[in-house]
Amino acid sequence: MSEITIRINGKQHRQDVPANRMLVDFLRYDLGMTGTKEACSVGVCGACTVLVDGRMVSSCLTLAISLDGAEITTVEGLAGETGLSKVQESFVKYGGYQCGICTPGQVVSAYALLQENPHPSEDEVKDWMMGNLCRCTGYYKIIESVMKANEAE
Amino acid sequence: MIGFDFHAPKTQPEALELLARYGEDAKLLAGGTGLINMMKQNLVQPAALIQLSRIPGLDGIDASDGEVRIGALATHRNIETSPVIARELPLLAETYRHVATVRIRNVATIGGGLAHADPMQDPPASLLVLDTSVQTVSPGGGRTIPLSDLFVDYYETSLQPDEMIVEVRVPKPPAGATTTFLKFLPRSQDDYATVSVAALLVADERGICRDVRIGLGAAGSTPIRARNVEEALVGQPASLDAFRQAAALVKDVVDPISDVRGSAEYKRDMAEVFTRRALERCWTLAQARRP
Repeated sequence: MSEITIRINGKQHRQDVPANRMLVDFLRYDLGMTGTKEACSVGVCGACTVLVDGRMVSSCLTLAISLDGAEITTVEGLAGETGLSKVQESFVKYGGYQCGICTPGQVVSAYALLQENPHPSEDEVKDWMMGNLCRCTGYYKIIESVMKANEAE
Repeated sequence: MIGFDFHAPKTQPEALELLARYGEDAKLLAGGTGLINMMKQNLVQPAALIQLSRIPGLDGIDASDGEVRIGALATHRNIETSPVIARELPLLAETYRHVATVRIRNVATIGGGLAHADPMQDPPASLLVLDTSVQTVSPGGGRTIPLSDLFVDYYETSLQPDEMIVEVRVPKPPAGATTTFLKFLPRSQDDYATVSVAALLVADERGICRDVRIGLGAAGSTPIRARNVEEALVGQPASLDAFRQAAALVKDVVDPISDVRGSAEYKRDMAEVFTRRALERCWTLAQARRP
């Protein structure tokens, strides 16, 4: 066990973790933050996507112990005090989800893209979101949700 | 995944001391996208992990004299988006863009990828074509290893247990060179290649091939250079016929395995097809540059 200090969605946590604890398990089981999902467990499907220091990563391939001092953003951190973030609103408005299991990862990945590129083209969305699989195959609406997230009301 | 000791040294000497202490029982942790997956499947069970990302200065990308020096911890995404790489080594920007997904490229590093030595990877084919070498450090001082001497077998390199890669050195391509990287992906865009081919071509003003280099990934137990194809073309006039005849020779040097991405026989055929297409692509680019 080693103690790490980690900031998650703006809140500081100081916690003992075993060396082999993956970030996704640390979030879900140690902190009870079950918004982040785990599906493939090998970094391919994107369900467990979170941001580490602003960059999207697979939390199923990231050791919690390696993140001492890091700043993490999970899907729980996207909404503000006044309600859902723009990208979440857009997923609701344009039906960018079906069963919902991939949705936290989709939304976090989309959020990361929109931080870099507020008005992505369809190709840019496809290229960026390629690693977020939706087994309901609701891709058209996901792409639309991302592209229209920053559209004027 | 079984437990292990975890260390996060802040300097290279500390990291080397830890490596020396644990010997073969330690693994260096860079991005972890390869290593952690193997540990989760219990294919690798190190007694200790030594995290490298706390050591400053290992992720730079700088052009000097005739080469570009890339720190071992530069991520795939760093390389893909680097203005220095775009200007000096466009082949690498093109290649790294084809690796997996943005999420993986955000953490996977150039040095970690090379030490992982998975022959299915994309970058080694292009790095081999550019005559890349790696600089290592070890208690004995360190050395420069040409990439062609680094890869030994599946997931096996010539690195010693107490040695670590700190820098990747890529010579700038010769004047007038055109380059390309082709990745054959019959399944999905983020997959490993069925076969991948990197090529470099220099033809003189009369269209005679002066420098030809072919690298292949997913075509054997290590990434390879197809020297026989290269030698068949050097000194010959570039032509679609010459490329076709030379590309057929690649079947003598590839040794792929049958897997979900195709049978060995199919991959051998595709190695020829994509070698030919890579040469054609370089030649098209070369002709487009002519006045």
